Amino acid sequence: MSTDAIVMMIVALLIVWGGMIASILALRARPERTDFPPGGEDDHREDDPIVQHDT
Amino acid sequence: MTATSTHDTQPPREQFTGQVGFILSAIGSAIGLGNIWRFPGVAYENGGGAFMVPYVIALLTAGIPILFLDYALGHRFRGGPPTALRRAKSWLETLGWFQVMICFVIAIYYAAIIAWALSFFVYSFDLRWGDDTAGFFTGEYLQLSDTANGGPWFSLDFVPAVLIPLLLVWVATIAVLAGGIAKGIEKANVIFLPLLVVAFAVLVVRAVFLDGAGDGLNALFTPDWGALGDPNVWIAAYGQIFFSLSVAFGIMITYSSYRKRKANLTSPGLVVAFSNSGFEMLAGIGVFAALGFLAHEQGIAVGELEGITGPILSFVTFPAVVSQMPAGPLFGALFFGALAMAGFTSLISILQVVSAGIQEKFGLTRRQAVTGLGVVAGVVSVVGFSTTTGLIALDTIDNWSNNIGIVASAVLMCIFLIWVLRMGPELRYHLTGVSTFPVGRWWYICVGAIVPAVLAYMLVSRIVDLVQNGYEGYDETYLLYAGWGTLVVLVVGAVLLTLPRWRVDPDRFDAWPTYPPVASAAATSGKETDR
Repeated sequence: MSTDAIVMMIVALLIVWGGMIASILALRARPERTDFPPGGEDDHREDDPIVQHDT
Repeated sequence: MTATSTHDTQPPREQFTGQVGFILSAIGSAIGLGNIWRFPGVAYENGGGAFMVPYVIALLTAGIPILFLDYALGHRFRGGPPTALRRAKSWLETLGWFQVMICFVIAIYYAAIIAWALSFFVYSFDLRWGDDTAGFFTGEYLQLSDTANGGPWFSLDFVPAVLIPLLLVWVATIAVLAGGIAKGIEKANVIFLPLLVVAFAVLVVRAVFLDGAGDGLNALFTPDWGALGDPNVWIAAYGQIFFSLSVAFGIMITYSSYRKRKANLTSPGLVVAFSNSGFEMLAGIGVFAALGFLAHEQGIAVGELEGITGPILSFVTFPAVVSQMPAGPLFGALFFGALAMAGFTSLISILQVVSAGIQEKFGLTRRQAVTGLGVVAGVVSVVGFSTTTGLIALDTIDNWSNNIGIVASAVLMCIFLIWVLRMGPELRYHLTGVSTFPVGRWWYICVGAIVPAVLAYMLVSRIVDLVQNGYEGYDETYLLYAGWGTLVVLVVGAVLLTLPRWRVDPDRFDAWPTYPPVASAAATSGKETDR
C-alpha cells in the first residue's frame, strides 16, 4: 500500500472507531441522568404494569 | 372517567429491557445491506481516502442530528410515526402514515434480498455458481425475464429457488415480531448482531491477507483531494450517511418510543451512529481487500473491475472472489451469512414501524397486527419478487421509495417541525432534559438548514433526472406504473390510513417533560392528584 493510502486509512479508522469507543466510554461513565425534570413517572398504564400507586 | 377506564383497558406499552438492548437493536437496524454493498463503492467512486472528509462532516452535521430528531419525536410522543407525529400536530398524522407506507413497501422487496442471501449461503458450500457468476445469478438462479428480446415486464412465473427461502424469511420475521419488543426484536438482535460482527471481522481479517489485498485498499483509501471541490461528492457523502443510518422513515421514532420515559437518548444515539459508521469502515476494508484479490487473480487493475456496488457486488462479483480463493466455501458462507443477518435485523425494524402504526390506530393486539400484516406483506412480497421479473421490480421500487420517498419524508419532517411548527426548542429541551449529552443550538442549524437544504437539492435533482432520462433504460410505461406508481401508492395509502377513526384517542396524552419548563411542577402535581 502507498503511504498516502495507509495514512488516510489510519486517520479514518481513528476518527470513526475512536468516536465509537469514546461514545461507549462516555456512556459507561454516565449511563443515565440522576436529575430529571419533575414528573415523568412512567405511567403504569403505558409503561410498567407492576408499579401501581393507587391502592 | 369513562375515557380513563377505556385508556386503562389498553395493555401497557412494551419496552426494551434496558439501554444495552435498545442500543443493540438500534445498531442492528442501522447496519443493513447498504453498509456492506453501498458504502465501499460510493467511497471509492467519490475521492477514495478524501471521501472520508465529507463523510465525517455529513455524519456530524446530518446523520447524528436527524437521528436525534427521530429519537426526540418517538420518545416524547410515545408512539409509532402516525401517533407521534399526530401528537406533535394533528395534521402531521398523514406524514406518519407516509413513513409507514414507505416501510411497508421497502419490507416487501428487502425480504427478497435476504432470501437471495440465504440461497447463496447454501450455494457457497459447493460453489454452485461455477465460473460464470453473472450468468448464474440472473439466469440460472433468478431466471430473469429477457425484456430486451420481448420477455414480459411483469410475470407470475414463480422461481422455486427464490420462493422457498422467501417464505422462510417471512415465517421467521412474523415469529420475531409476534414475540414482541423484548422477547422478539431485542432477543433477535442480541443474538444476530454480535454474530454478524464476529463473522464479518473474521472475513475482513482473512481478506486483508489475500494476494493483491493491498492494491484494493490502495484504491479505496488513496485520496483524490480534487474531489472535495466537486459538489456531487459532498451530496454522495450526505446521501450515504442518510440512507445508511435508516433515519427519517419511522424506524428510530418507533424504537425510541419503546424506551421508558426516564431514559438517556443522545449518548446511546452517538454510540449507534458511530457503530454504524465503524461497521461501514470494516465492510469497506473487507470488500476492497477482496476486490484487490480478484483483480490480482484476473491480472487487471482494481479500477477495471466491474460491479463494485449493489446486488451485483454481492451476488456476482463476490461469488467470483469466493471461487478463486483458498477455503472459498467457508469465506462464502461467512459473507452470505453476514449479509442475511444484517438484512434480517433491519427487516424486523422496518416492519415493526408498520405493526406499531396499525396496533395504535386500530386498537389491535400485537398478535392480530403481526399476523394480518405478515400475511398481507408476505403475499405481496412473494407475488412481486419471487417471479422471473422480481429483480426488475425490486430495482425500480427501491429507487423510487428510497431516493424520492424517504428523502421527501425527511425534508417534510424538518420543514414542518422546525420551520412551520417551530418545535425545535421543545424537542431540544426534551433531548437535553433526559440525556447525558446536552444538545446545543447547533442542532437547529443542522436539522433546520443543512439537512433540508442538502436533501431537497438531492430530491429535486433526482426527480429531474428520472423525468428526463428514465431509469436503467427500463421501459417508460413500466416505470410509470412500477416507479411513479409506487409514489402514488405511498401518498394514497398515507391519506387513506389517516381517514379512519382512532380506536383509542391518541390526543389524550401529556408529553413529559412539560414544555415550556416553568409550568412543569404545577402540571405534574395536578396530574398526580387526578390519579
